[in-house]
Parts: sequence; C-alpha cells; structure tokens
Amino acid sequence: MKAEEPELPLDTMELQMGPSHPATHGTIKFNLKLEGEKVLNCDVEVGYLHRGFDKSCEQATWTQVIPYTDRLNYASSLINNVGYALAVEKLIGAETPPRCQYIRVIISELARIYDHLTCCGMASSELGAITVGFYMIEARELIIRIIESLTGARLTVTYVRVGGLKHDLQHDFAERVTQSFKTIRRLLDDCDRLLSRNRIFLDRMSNVGVISQETALSYCLTGPILRATGVNYDVRKAFPYLVYDQMDFEVPVGTKGDNYDRFVCRIAELQQSMRIVEQALGKLPVGPVWIEDPRFVLPEKEKVYGSIEGLMHHFKIIMEGIKVAPGETYFAVEGGNGELGFYIVSDGGGRPYRVRVRPPCFIAMGAFHEMIRGYMIADIVPTFGMVNMIGGECDR
Amino acid sequence: MSESPHLSYIQERLGSKLLEVMQPQGDDVLILDRANLRESFLFLKEDTQLDYDFLSDITAVDYWRKKEPRFEVVYQVVSRSRCQRLRVRVPVPENDPSVESLTPLWRGANFLEREIWDLFGIRFIDHPDLRRILLYDEFEGFPLRKDYPVNQVQPLVPERVVDGTFVDERSQNKLLRLKKALGSKI
Repeated sequence: MKAEEPELPLDTMELQMGPSHPATHGTIKFNLKLEGEKVLNCDVEVGYLHRGFDKSCEQATWTQVIPYTDRLNYASSLINNVGYALAVEKLIGAETPPRCQYIRVIISELARIYDHLTCCGMASSELGAITVGFYMIEARELIIRIIESLTGARLTVTYVRVGGLKHDLQHDFAERVTQSFKTIRRLLDDCDRLLSRNRIFLDRMSNVGVISQETALSYCLTGPILRATGVNYDVRKAFPYLVYDQMDFEVPVGTKGDNYDRFVCRIAELQQSMRIVEQALGKLPVGPVWIEDPRFVLPEKEKVYGSIEGLMHHFKIIMEGIKVAPGETYFAVEGGNGELGFYIVSDGGGRPYRVRVRPPCFIAMGAFHEMIRGYMIADIVPTFGMVNMIGGECDR
Repeated sequence: MSESPHLSYIQERLGSKLLEVMQPQGDDVLILDRANLRESFLFLKEDTQLDYDFLSDITAVDYWRKKEPRFEVVYQVVSRSRCQRLRVRVPVPENDPSVESLTPLWRGANFLEREIWDLFGIRFIDHPDLRRILLYDEFEGFPLRKDYPVNQVQPLVPERVVDGTFVDERSQNKLLRLKKALGSKI
C-alpha cells in the first residue's frame, strides 16, 4: 500500500508580529503575509508611542519645547536639541559665537557615537553576539558618563538653548574625552575581531534586507541606510551648518545596500565622529557661549536678585517666552538615523505656531516592506535592528 | 529683491500655476496652485536644469482664522546634484481639503501623506492606501487642526471582534458578552 502523501497547506498565512515582541526593541507591529517562512508582504503599523509632540509644542513657549525634543530620538537627544535651536536661530537671524558652535559640533558627534553604538550593539546581540553587545554597551557607558558630567542627565539632557548653551564645558572635559576614546577604540577593535570574520554574523547580515539605490531614493531614505546603497548624501557635507565645513572628515558609503553595509557604515561613521570631536577640541576657541542679545538670553542671577530691571527681564522671558519674528523656516541637521529637519512657523508670539519634525526613522519604516519582502521571518530581526527605529521619534 | 536664475526659470516654465516666489532667510520658497500639482512636481523633478530629485518632507499647517485658504501643505525638495533646497507651499481651502498625491513620483510620500490625512484631515487624491497611521481607526476628529481642543476626550473604543475567532458558548467570558451585545458575526 502506498503511503499517503501528507497534504501541505498551499494558502498564505497571515501573522501579526508585535506590538510587543522581545526581538523588536520598540513598540511596533508587523502584519505579515507569509508563504511558509518567506515574507510575501509586510504592513507596518506604527503609532503606539504617539503622544502628540506637535500639539504639545504649540502649548509651550519656545524654550519649553527643548525638553520635548529630548524625547524624540532619546539615543541622540543632543542632536535634536541642536537642530531645534538652530532652526529657531535661523528664524531669529542670530548667529552664535564660535565657541558655542564648536561645542555644538562636539556634543552632536558624541550623541552620534552614542546612537550608533546603541544600534550596532543591540543588533549584534540580537544575532547571538552577546559579547559584542556588552562591549558596545561598555563603550556607550563611557560616552554617557561624559554627557552626564556635562549636562547632569543621561538621556533627557536639555543642554542647548536658543541662542547658546546652558553652560560652558567643565575644565577636564577634553581630558575625559581623550581617555574614553582610547578605551572605545580598543573595544571597537575587539568587536571587529569578534565579528568581521564571524560566519554566523556574515550569513545573517550580508545580502539580507537589500534595497537598491533607486528604491532608497524614491522612499526618501537618508542616513546610514541611504549611504549603505552608495549614495553620498550627508547633510553635514551637502548643506554644511555650524563649523562642519572646517572639519576634516569622510562620509563612508556602502555598495550593496544590505544589512552588513549598514553596519559597516555606522561603525565607520562612528570612527569619523571621534575624529571630528578630537579636531574640534583641538581648535576650540575661547569666548562666550551665548549670543549678546537681551531679548533671548536670561540675565545673570546677580542682576535678577539685585535689580528691578533684571528681575523684570527674567520674569518676561520666563513667563511670556522669547519673541520670535513671524515667519516660517526649515532647518535640517544630520541626526543619528538621517536627516533630522525642523519646520517651524511663528506668528510673532511667545509660543510656536507649528513645530514639525522630519523623523528619519518614521520614513525608514515606510520602506521597511521593501527591505524585507522575499526574505525569511528571522531576517526581520537584523533588518529592523539596522533601521534603528526609535519609538519616541517615529511616533512622536 | 534680486532672484536667482533658477527661480526665474521656474517662474517662466510654471506660469500661472506659480502664485508667488519668496526668499525668506535665504530659502527658496514657491507658492503653487494645487491644480495639476503632480505635473508641477514632475517638472521640478525631471527637468535637468533644476533636478529636484529628492523629496525630503511633507507636512501641513492649519492657519485657522488667520489666513484664507485655511490649510497649507508644505513640501521640501532637495536637488542633490546642485546642493539646493526648495520649499513648496500649496494652499488648500477648508471646504474641499484635498490635493493630488505625490506617491506616484516618490514612494516615500505614502507614509508622509497618510500622516497628514491622520492629523489634519487633508485628503490625497490617488493615494494608494489612505488610512490613519499614528492614531487608531476609531479616533474622532483631526488633532492637529487648531479648532481641535487640547483637552478633548476621545470615546472609549469597544474591543474589536475578529471574524473567525472560536468562542466557547458555555463560558460566560468577555468575548461572548461582547458578541451578544454587538450581535456580531463570530
């Protein structure tokens, strides 16, 4: 008697992955259409962390928006601070003193190192390379300690102000950075030895999540995902802001646009960021970190407590907020995940009329189905890891 | 104000579709008519002299009781070869809040336009999949409109009953009660 052949199901299966899934660090849901383990289509559902950033900003004064921007991409909150402050300063028409600009470059690059270390460390530990994950978290901890000693907070820093910075660098800042970078370089070398010839890592990362150059451009992707496809587009080079045009750095680009290229791009970018920080610390000029304009700058405490004019000045800025001339503007900086743009509209009052953020990872999630179509379910984990979706920024 | 050559070139080619040209804070800003919007953007994208081939962002602003027409959809495009940005503002009236979708030109416009539909209630004609994105389907109103109160409370949403769910008739669980109350087909 002939053994009966088991009938395998031919129809496609629908599977909901998330919103809370241990392998997707972030609250997001994938509605998958599967054929066996192959992903035929993927509908991404975002918005689980939506808290009305835009609406909240319309209720706050221009200065009170800065803590809200911390909570966008909390892995690189310093860049968000800088981007927002630069957008408002563009509308005011103010230019900060050179020392402030150099410090802003330094803190942006420290935040970028932090962001890339988080992304790469998490992505490799999800593939089983727990050691690499721990090494990168150790390196990240060194950066976070520098940020903590500078700003007083580890994540939600609120360090940058419209027209300046909260305070100057502390005296041993450069020394701390040099010491930490030495350790970080050693840790990165260890990670490189652990990963770059590791069969498991290469098999899971290379030729997975491939996206072509045309598709990436059509999906408005920016940052390491776009650069991994070979497009040389970096806001710091294309539209230089602050003092980036005086810095000597390279923009690493990939060739294939797969997960491995994204990983390598991020690591190379991180090393360039360290170069920028070292250059900026070497060139750091002396001088004030605030613009000289009483309309935007709080008076010194002695004046506030010692004179009625100082007290009134302080009261006006705190209670009514700084006045920004009516108009609208757009300013973009290079965030950890790509072009981070702020579109702000002012009606001349003390509160913004509209604040819009161009969230790079929200736009990247719009292209996620292109990256994962045709691959296996297990490939979702590294691909999603390399997109580096941060809920605070994606869902706002 | 002296205008740069590419702005006068755009003015020449777009003609009456271009309502205004401005250069505040050194940015290039166009105000375009929403009629045949996709054609205008196709020209900006494909023209070899302009080469605005990269869409950076789409957003909207509600000028309630401040400006007529009420809404404005704002596009940021980039020419990578010339390293230049362009901002295009498109006024949209309140009685018919709709503009043509740019998804056929840039597929990334899909998510951005869905977000504007979700938060402002501006429709995008020919959009392949215009659903809410950040909020849930049962949300009432459009929260980023200026006439949406900050302290608005949304009604509670009943649990969604999924077709084809197996329900044990003997147990008096929540799903069964829900099914009876709604009379839904399970």
